[in-house]
Amino acid sequence: MVKREKKMRKRLSKSDIIFLTAVYFFIGLFTLAVLYPLIYVLSASVSNPAKIISGELVLFPKGFSLKLYEKILTNKNIVTGYKNTVFYTVFGTLYNLIMTTCAAYPLSRKDLKGNGFFTFIITFTMLFGGGMIPAFLNLNNLGLINSPLVMILPGAVSVTNFIIMRNYFMHSVPNEVIESAYVDGASQIRTLTSIVLPLSKSILGVLIVYYAVGHWNAYFSAMMYLQDDSLMPLQIFLRRILLLNSMEGMTGGSSLEDQLLFEGMRYALIVVAVVPMLALYMIMQKSFRKGIMIGAIKG
Amino acid sequence: MQKVKSKRLASAIPCLKAWRKSIRKHWQLYLLLIPVLASFIIFNYIPMAGIQIAFKDFTLKDGIWGSEWIGFYHFERFFTGYKFMTILKNTLLLSVTHMIFTFPFPIIFALALNELRNARAKSMVQTITFAPHFISTVVIVGMMTAFLQPDTGIINIALTNLGVLDADTYVSRLPQFFRPLYIMSSIWTNMGWSSIIYISAISAIDPQLYEATEIDGAGRFKQVWHVTLPGIRPVIITLLILNFGSIMSVGFEKVYLMQTSINMDVSEVISTYVYERGITARQFDFATAVGLFNSIINLIMIVIVNKIAKKVSEVSLW
Repeated sequence: MVKREKKMRKRLSKSDIIFLTAVYFFIGLFTLAVLYPLIYVLSASVSNPAKIISGELVLFPKGFSLKLYEKILTNKNIVTGYKNTVFYTVFGTLYNLIMTTCAAYPLSRKDLKGNGFFTFIITFTMLFGGGMIPAFLNLNNLGLINSPLVMILPGAVSVTNFIIMRNYFMHSVPNEVIESAYVDGASQIRTLTSIVLPLSKSILGVLIVYYAVGHWNAYFSAMMYLQDDSLMPLQIFLRRILLLNSMEGMTGGSSLEDQLLFEGMRYALIVVAVVPMLALYMIMQKSFRKGIMIGAIKG
Repeated sequence: MQKVKSKRLASAIPCLKAWRKSIRKHWQLYLLLIPVLASFIIFNYIPMAGIQIAFKDFTLKDGIWGSEWIGFYHFERFFTGYKFMTILKNTLLLSVTHMIFTFPFPIIFALALNELRNARAKSMVQTITFAPHFISTVVIVGMMTAFLQPDTGIINIALTNLGVLDADTYVSRLPQFFRPLYIMSSIWTNMGWSSIIYISAISAIDPQLYEATEIDGAGRFKQVWHVTLPGIRPVIITLLILNFGSIMSVGFEKVYLMQTSINMDVSEVISTYVYERGITARQFDFATAVGLFNSIINLIMIVIVNKIAKKVSEVSLW
């Protein structure tokens, strides 16, 4: 590998150098364009809000303080929203994983009669659905409107994730292993839990990230189906504060200092809302890269 | 008559036998499927029955089945309404411009990344550029709004200093900035992530092809042009065609979050109109009709496009 690189470096001609410079410039520019807003938000969240508003803050924190975080963590609505989001994310993801496995494993077995029909029932929903209003009326009839269950039960299986997982079971878990377990007298469910799933850790990692991110960032379903503030996830409060400029029960509000705190609070709020999922992504990265490549090629 | 019957029976018996055999062997697998199918029926198929209210004079009291049929009244009202052309235009314009501007970037990015031979730098760039994909739409629109805040947002300050903007311009609210902001933020969010499929297609290209062109004395750019790009062409064409399939389906969330009372003339699309009419104004039947119109067009588009994709590149969704 090293040798090859050396060889290549030797062969670089003038036009190659120009080309590569352009390539590196493009990559560098885009990477910075992605990175800069993130760093800015992080810096702003630990700065003195007056420095943000005046434009003095460019990259690194100015006038370090954790006051903004203090302000957020004592806000009742934000804390409620955070708790709700964690709840929906943990139980929603767990439910999604169980249901997706229940769908993907049987339908990955080619000798299962009715396989094509059941798969069609699932994938057809990707092409056509009742739409926003019939879905709402249906949940209303089921009595799920304004119930926390509405954030977990509908959308139990995402069709794309089902296909990714089924393809993984089909192509990456050797059929002989499954058959021999069956011959040895292991039941189908036993085979799944003690042989197939342990072999599928990377795909489970991918699905955990996909589903968890989906729940954490869910905004639409909460807006449509929930009414009480005590049930609302973080994203709803985020919208009120970041986009509608609502002060969300912050006292005072008219003094200059309160205004400043409110401006700065946006940034601390963004950090608090974004960090858990970015952390999950970083932690899962290894299995993630492997897994998405498999999904991308075969899915 | 008798013969036909017996023939049918004869073909039905092995079929039944096969079922019975499969169920005996796999009953636990069928058991696993039951909750999944139940969930799809309850949350996906039963709502489809609710579509009928698009042709009914729906009242909550009479319910979906009990309300009176009124034919295509709601559709007529929608097609002849004064908003119809505006909404259709906004939807198409937004999705077409969005597609034109966002489609090439992930390809260019994947090609560029492939030229970066240092593995550690490559993985670092990927880690960073994938990250925005994990940020919620609310936060992305929120960040945009914060940065563009008149007088105080960092981008507004920078542009004012450069002399291209008045300090008090409310960029995130004005109609002329709606589409550019929608598109630019989408590039920021998705360029890294969308490049994955191209990166994996590039990794499947036979390395011998590069060696062959190298012997011919081709430079790095020529290699990209004559080997890498043709190598991923099927993927590009397929994705392009599939993109056309979703031309009438502009996502709800981001448009809704970016909507302001000032930019409604350009930002009102079919999905936000359905929400506004149905959920806010409670005209369930009318909104269902609008939604049905949209999903039927989407379905037709996807089916046609998939047929074309099959012909062109022998790749298809199903």
